[in-house]
Amino acid sequence: MSTPAFLNPPAHTQKRKRRNLIFQSICLFAAFIAVAILCTLIYKVVVDGVGRVSLDFIKANPSQMFPDKAGIWSPLVGSMYIMALTIIFVVPVGVAAAIYLEEFTYRKNRLVRFIQVNISNLAGVPSIVFGMLGLSLFVTIIGLGKSILTGALTMSILVLPMVILVTQEALKAVPKSYREASLALGSTQWQTIRRAVIPRAIPGILTGIILAASRAIGETAPLIVVGAVGLVTFPPDSLDDRYTVLPLQILDWIGQPKEEFRIAAAAAILVLMGLLIVLNSLAIIIRARQQAKG
Amino acid sequence: MKTVLGELAVGMQTEKTMTEPPNGLMVAQDVDFYYGNFQALKKVCLEMPPQKITALIGPSGCGKSTFLRCLNRMNDLIDGTRLEGLVTIDGHDIYSKDVDVVELRKTVGMVFQKPNPFPMSIFDNVAYGPKIHGMKKKADLEVKVEECLTRSFLWDEVKDKLHQSALGLSGGQQQRLCIARTIAVNPEIILMDEPCSALDPVATAKIEDLMLELKEQFTIVIVTHNMQQAQRASDTTAFFMLGELMEVAPTRDIFLRPKNKRTEDYISGRFG
Repeated sequence: MSTPAFLNPPAHTQKRKRRNLIFQSICLFAAFIAVAILCTLIYKVVVDGVGRVSLDFIKANPSQMFPDKAGIWSPLVGSMYIMALTIIFVVPVGVAAAIYLEEFTYRKNRLVRFIQVNISNLAGVPSIVFGMLGLSLFVTIIGLGKSILTGALTMSILVLPMVILVTQEALKAVPKSYREASLALGSTQWQTIRRAVIPRAIPGILTGIILAASRAIGETAPLIVVGAVGLVTFPPDSLDDRYTVLPLQILDWIGQPKEEFRIAAAAAILVLMGLLIVLNSLAIIIRARQQAKG
Repeated sequence: MKTVLGELAVGMQTEKTMTEPPNGLMVAQDVDFYYGNFQALKKVCLEMPPQKITALIGPSGCGKSTFLRCLNRMNDLIDGTRLEGLVTIDGHDIYSKDVDVVELRKTVGMVFQKPNPFPMSIFDNVAYGPKIHGMKKKADLEVKVEECLTRSFLWDEVKDKLHQSALGLSGGQQQRLCIARTIAVNPEIILMDEPCSALDPVATAKIEDLMLELKEQFTIVIVTHNMQQAQRASDTTAFFMLGELMEVAPTRDIFLRPKNKRTEDYISGRFG
């Protein structure tokens, strides 16, 4: 009796398996590159800056005179203001727009298609362009000046397309059967949306909002255009105030010749990354919970 | 002449007071239905009388579900669809411009193929309809929920866990819950789209018992792939094929003496 093929594989099978292994290795290597870059970055920043991170560093305002005592209080508060205001502005508009596009327009007319295409395009526009828009619209035309309100409004239009798209995805993920069941009972569309659809979409919408928040504290370019300043030695206390934000403070410090400022910049990067990681983990946790619930 | 007319009128009057003619006569006349350019229904004429169960049978893609969804204008929700012809309830055109689709769907309830209770408690599932139609008092809702669950043969099984999630029920219980939810808004007509296709034979038998009970009050139209189910539960059977209504007759006749060759082939299992 001859040995069956599965015990004595022919040559071409072994060749196929070798190819499989080669391709697998290439993919693994590609995945590793991304992680390696991230690790190098974190390593470099941690080595430079970890000694500088302390409660004092967070609570002190930046200073150009005393690099050892300089802290990040005013840019941190500025970032928090920008983030909070952006969320307040963008969530009602973004969610309402997504509900309109996803729920009220099952018969897609030209207008809806036009809006949809433009929102998708808008999501890909470079952030500096939003800065230019903010400068001409909020600073010049409306006359809000180079205030923190202008910064937050500019950031809001920047993340609006993202919030709309993510909310649309969350609404799409709600099974059609809930809508049909609700409509078949004689609900209006709004009743269906409010009682049957939104409760199921909330985790997805929250994820989108958190991602928008982390984008809002990470972006720098548009804020430079609309007048955030590099050095502000006191936290803002009204919406008219001049302000700075963490990434801008980092940029300012990196540009300084003294070594101590570079270390301060590394420490500020650590704080900023910490914030972003917290926000993104929150988004991941919410999404995981949603999937667990089915 | 006068007296004859007078007598007639009196006669009609007494008849009306004695036995209220049941509402819910649904009639389709020459219904054509299109998904974009594709014609899914061709000149379908069918009468679905009150207190009767009308079964729609036919091979997959024959248009029976499409037809069912024309009856409560569920197809309105699909982009690019169009209906020609006439669908009436007690003589009123349900596609006329004056029709309020929201109220229409309250009158024409629907039970879906896959049990689809909302991810909320059993109580809230049944109370959903009454609540959206303005019933607010907790006591009223409690009475309504108990009544509907009792009528759908579910009360004894769930009375101790009304506030647990409906998703914890078995498939058959979920489908009976969906029926309870549907009758909670007092429809006249109930459409059922293969309500038992996801259920085992025991659960199926319970739903069929329930249908026979419910037909005392409602017009029931059911789409089914199960020939035995059509025979057991329906009064009239309509056989659809390729978007056309091939044959419609009392259920007994269609299964014993089908007039159309294709009906015969289908019900005897030669295709489909």
